[in-house]
Amino acid sequence: MTAATITAAPSAGPNWKAYVTGRNGAVLFTVLGLAIISVARILADADRLTASTTVGVGLRLAVPIALAGIGGLYAERSGTVNIGLEGMMTLGTVMAGWAGWHWGPWAALLAGVFGGMVGAALMSVATTTFGVNHIIAGFAINIIGPGVARFLANVWFTTEAARSEGGSITSSPAITGDLPRYSLPVLSDQADVLGDLEDKGWFVISDAAGILRGLTVDVRIDTIISLLLILGSAYLIWRTPFGLRLRSAGEKPGAAESLGVSVPLMRHVGMLISGGFAGLGGAVLVFAGAAQYQENQVAGRGFLGLASLVFGNWMPGGVLAGAGVFGYAQGLAIGLGAGVTVRGLLLAAVIGLALFVVLTAIRRTWISFGVALGITVIGYWTYHTVEEINDQFVYMTPYVVTLLVVTIFATRLRPPAAEGIPFFKGQQL
Amino acid sequence: MAEAAETSTLDRLASRFGANVIAPVLAGVIAIAVSAITLYIGGYNAIDAFTEIGKVLWRFDSVILITNRGAWYYVAGVAVAIGFKMGLFNIGADGQYRLAALFAAYFGAKMSLPKVIHIPIVLVIAIAVGAAWAAIPGILKVTRGVNEVISTIMLNYVATGLTAYLLGNYFRTESDNLIAATKAMPTSARIPNLDGILEAVGLEVPNSVQLQGYLILAILVGIGYYVLLFRSRFGFDLRATGLNPAAARSSGISPKRMVLVTIILSGAIAGLIGMGALLSDPQHFKYSDQFPLSLGFTGLSLALLGRNHPVGIALAAVVWAGIERGTQPLTQKGFPQEIGRIMQGAFLLTAVIVFEVMQRRAAREQVRQAAMKAHLPAEGAPA
Repeated sequence: MTAATITAAPSAGPNWKAYVTGRNGAVLFTVLGLAIISVARILADADRLTASTTVGVGLRLAVPIALAGIGGLYAERSGTVNIGLEGMMTLGTVMAGWAGWHWGPWAALLAGVFGGMVGAALMSVATTTFGVNHIIAGFAINIIGPGVARFLANVWFTTEAARSEGGSITSSPAITGDLPRYSLPVLSDQADVLGDLEDKGWFVISDAAGILRGLTVDVRIDTIISLLLILGSAYLIWRTPFGLRLRSAGEKPGAAESLGVSVPLMRHVGMLISGGFAGLGGAVLVFAGAAQYQENQVAGRGFLGLASLVFGNWMPGGVLAGAGVFGYAQGLAIGLGAGVTVRGLLLAAVIGLALFVVLTAIRRTWISFGVALGITVIGYWTYHTVEEINDQFVYMTPYVVTLLVVTIFATRLRPPAAEGIPFFKGQQL
Repeated sequence: MAEAAETSTLDRLASRFGANVIAPVLAGVIAIAVSAITLYIGGYNAIDAFTEIGKVLWRFDSVILITNRGAWYYVAGVAVAIGFKMGLFNIGADGQYRLAALFAAYFGAKMSLPKVIHIPIVLVIAIAVGAAWAAIPGILKVTRGVNEVISTIMLNYVATGLTAYLLGNYFRTESDNLIAATKAMPTSARIPNLDGILEAVGLEVPNSVQLQGYLILAILVGIGYYVLLFRSRFGFDLRATGLNPAAARSSGISPKRMVLVTIILSGAIAGLIGMGALLSDPQHFKYSDQFPLSLGFTGLSLALLGRNHPVGIALAAVVWAGIERGTQPLTQKGFPQEIGRIMQGAFLLTAVIVFEVMQRRAAREQVRQAAMKAHLPAEGAPA
């Protein structure tokens, strides 16, 4: 996404920047990344690193995070800081569990969207109508969301009928009926060309095959819908008049209003869409395991969505990349031998960092060089001495990565300018 | 002129006082209404439910339980409020207290010392760890301009992972294989309960409960907070920075220093949040996976409801703990006890909205009056 929008201008003479930015850069970095992971996989003997099963799980875990992140994008682009994503997702899960139990999986997805929107409406009234501090309002939603969810679970899932089907205060009865799954014909399906390639164990090629197969085999329809919605959002926010108005409300509301844009309306709409996405994320999460609502199912994914938003510099492509990385890391930590796989990932990170060290040396940016070298050495030392990485460190990884990103790129991150500032009609801002 | 100034001051006092009293009362009424309607929609008899809540709250053991729990909440509220006072969101209080409690539990249980030194040493460990963890977002903010909301949210999760890792691999005691827990605190580190004082004034403490000694610590924290905020140079600087950063800066207050000191102070107090469970609650006396969670978030709610005022937070803490205590036995009576969570949420949200609206009205009124006064000499003839 970002790669497509930033295309380097061709210039005379040797311009090495053209190779690392834009479309060329995307290809270059993809191949380079694959090569690094491939080397790490072989050296650390961590075959699961690029196995299609790992990637498949990662994708399924990344989707709710991405949905929350895109939800955050709508709200924050329109000028409202949305800390309440977590609460909205939680409302989405309980609504999805209830509707899914009664009317099947499709109703679950719709109800999830509705649940998230209810939470968003509540928050939007506080922030946009009354001008309450956004952090405070979002925080209140995070308190209310789980409270309401638990109350509803008590009302809905502890009745005689629900109990007989396995309902309780902490979980809904199982959702009957499953969502259809699709595989890419020939490549991942019966002929399974990618599967064969993956099993060969070839350098880079098998890794690419494994990743592609993971992304294309047995993909549930909700994942596909979510990805389409995210792509559509990128178009809507950046390429349509509505998107321009939405963003203008978040960048310079006073100027937007002088041009006839209703800033409060844009912020309400942005917030409602935000809640819808977060709620859908909750609904998708309901299908992640046993297809039922479970208490605390969200478990910080709303905040991970927020993290991916910051990580991705408030751009759709960046959010998707962040969610992908976080989901993949979470997927690695699941299952037998997770410690070994994660150790492989650590090695990949160390190799990547080592390349960065070389780059900083060439550029003679000695402070970055020192810091990067230090981290590389510590990372390698850990890799060398530890045989399995504790899964708690995997759990922490997305948050630490986000912290590092906001610290290192603090000056280059650019959130919407008027984000978090209440705006009332007629105000000069 | 003098008369006009006097009435406007009175008006301002009245409206200020009004907002701080009317808003919570109004929010409380709305919260009760919302939960009653919710109960009604859920198919329950709201009046019966509230009668049950009233019956529970009327009991003496409830008073003690509310005090015990309220003391934890109060310290949490103060920890967050001190940041709020200058516009800092220490959402990280949650991670700070859990990490602090874990370290205090582990190292505190290792030592055997006389009571007079043991308790203070454990407290110092907790304060130090809380302050150190809070220093991270502080340093990131002043050196790199990283928003403390983002960094503290992330650090909360890092703290969750870190405590689980340390507890599971290094800090757990071998004598208990079933749950990951630190060794129980030796008696020399436990804060004695205050039942004796209650009995001395002729109150009979029910057997099932005891008034935890942590209350004293909470009161000391509250007094310290008051003195620091309203009776010290630092507190003046802090409040000035919160009210008007630009003005504070031009009066010679270093904003970076204030940010760093405030967030570290906030973290230091946050370190004490978990000491109620660790040193004073017979159900715990150790750090385990059953250690109370989310107290830092409760603190955020209470700081908001109590308007960051030492007394306001105390009232909010009592209400918060009261709602929890009152709704706790509802499930046995056939009502959903989660109605308490809804009541708390509705209370919080309506209170912040009402505060906001009243503040804006007061500000508008001030601007209007100032404008009127500015025009007065030019337009009207003086009497």
